[in-house]
Amino acid sequence: MSELETSPVSRRNMELLLLLLALIVSMGAYYLVGVNSDQGLNQDFITQGLFLAGLSLVFHVVLRIWAKYADPVILPVAVALNGIGLAMIHRIDLAKISSDSNQAGRQILWTGVAMVIAMVTLWAIRDHRILRRFTYIALAASVVLLLLPLIPGFGVILNGARIWVRIGNSLSFQPGELAKITLAIFFAGYLSANRELILLAGKKIGPLQLPRARDLGPMIVAWLVSIGVLVVQRDLGSSILFFGLFMVMIYVATARVSWIVIGMSMLVAGGVFAYLTMSHVTRRIDGWINAFDPEIYNAIGGSRQIVEGLFGLANGGLVGTGLGNGSPYMVPLANSDMIVASLGEELGLIGLTAIVLLFLILISRGMRAALGSRDSFGKLLAAGFSFTIGLQCFVVIGGVTRLIPLTGLTTPFMAAGGSSLLSNWIIVALLLLISHNSRRPMTAGVSATAEVATKAPDHSRGLLSARKESQR
Amino acid sequence: MNDLVFTVLRLGFLILLWLLVLSIVGALRRDLAIGRKARTGTPTAREIRKNPELTPQPEAPAKQQASTLVILEGPLAGLEHQLTASPILLGRAQEATIVLEDDYASGRHARLFPQGTRWFIEDLGSTNGTFLGENQLTRAQPVELGQKIRIGKTVMELRV
Repeated sequence: MSELETSPVSRRNMELLLLLLALIVSMGAYYLVGVNSDQGLNQDFITQGLFLAGLSLVFHVVLRIWAKYADPVILPVAVALNGIGLAMIHRIDLAKISSDSNQAGRQILWTGVAMVIAMVTLWAIRDHRILRRFTYIALAASVVLLLLPLIPGFGVILNGARIWVRIGNSLSFQPGELAKITLAIFFAGYLSANRELILLAGKKIGPLQLPRARDLGPMIVAWLVSIGVLVVQRDLGSSILFFGLFMVMIYVATARVSWIVIGMSMLVAGGVFAYLTMSHVTRRIDGWINAFDPEIYNAIGGSRQIVEGLFGLANGGLVGTGLGNGSPYMVPLANSDMIVASLGEELGLIGLTAIVLLFLILISRGMRAALGSRDSFGKLLAAGFSFTIGLQCFVVIGGVTRLIPLTGLTTPFMAAGGSSLLSNWIIVALLLLISHNSRRPMTAGVSATAEVATKAPDHSRGLLSARKESQR
Repeated sequence: MNDLVFTVLRLGFLILLWLLVLSIVGALRRDLAIGRKARTGTPTAREIRKNPELTPQPEAPAKQQASTLVILEGPLAGLEHQLTASPILLGRAQEATIVLEDDYASGRHARLFPQGTRWFIEDLGSTNGTFLGENQLTRAQPVELGQKIRIGKTVMELRV
């Protein structure tokens, strides 16, 4: 790869500029919601807006101190997406269709928690390569996180999936969201250490090179656990996400098309099996293909949600009804699973395209960090993280627009829900760290050829214990 | 407020959103410009003031070329070998450039070779190892003038 030697520039001022613009967009969205609703502007606008602005600026300062060379675009994009999402949730709150009409307040609280934890992550980790030491701890953590909701009395069933845990009375949390981070760390650590073995050892059948079973053992275990638990928990979206993550990371590590072939055939086999045996999967696919069938539309758990979302999108048209003027609250779960439909209705195709582009920019910057990273662990981790965001967007937006069956995944940064917000902000912090480490100038003094002499590992092999060559 | 204001605000927000997208893409332009636009070479004084780690490394004083290998200790102590441009094989084997009469040296023990302006030493899989200063070699390393190389009981250094 030809690399351009540029003198590294920190580009934090550019970030500040874009951040201010992102904040103006978020506040603008909030303002429009207020203006267009009957109540007009209230105190919340000022306090919540200042809260978001303050936090983002603190994050910016943290980057100036600890990750000076980080990508200047990632933070503004994340803040803009988060802000637009907040405005939308606030807007659905104002419609007062559910008894719980302070979701925006809770969401902004979670945003604060998530951003603070992301900053702490930045400060505590500093160099992403440290995470490599926790390869197997990450695997254990993933298993624990995925099993948590299955513990009786601790896990709760919401909307048909057993993926939440309840702490106290009001706080519910989805540990699977954090598991995608720990699983990515495990895959990256394991694959960067065993890449050669997986590549070279093993039988060749036709054009496909099959790796040895024992090289893949831990990977298969991780995959089986994540898929198995999720089938038991009946959460289709997350199992697609974990499977996709697994496939992409192994493909990035080995560059073998055979993995894509194997993965796709496993996906098809699994999909057909699930469709035939699991009722909730059958329902989803029926609701996708025959969405406009009155029988399916009216059935419980039928296609009402997705069809209402499509009506909303159609109502929005090209330029949208304007924030606060549409009726996105007609759709069930309009502020979480279906937030894309709500945004599409009120911002129109033009606005929704801009949002999709923001996601695309975020993903491409993550991939850029992976390309620039100097170590294979960082490369794999950044690629895995940006792919998770990409796959989530695809599954959610594809589901809402009826391109693929609708599954319950969250729209990153936008959907109401603390655990998703938290994990996505941690992902942003790690992507920023990886991009910082890849763009940082090399510490001077150690040139490529002059390697520092390492102490011999075994000091007993000094002169005293040296064997006489001549007597051998 | 009337409908006109609402419409203006609504479209204004879309324009604002696209302004954000386009300015982000604009900020990334530098990443795409390979060659002309990308800044290369030495950082300016202002960049150095802001980013102290960019300070150019002072040029190392012109190295004096090593010209002799002097054996300081061991059975061959006192021997001086004139260095030429060709590599030197150290060991007990007869084909070695300097045949070490050292019981603790292997047949083909180490290799001393010039690269650029410096000499490098590399262990050739010897039994007892080669030491540069206090450290055992694990790979080829540059030898500075006056740095002690130890093979078995033989100690040598490079001199001008």
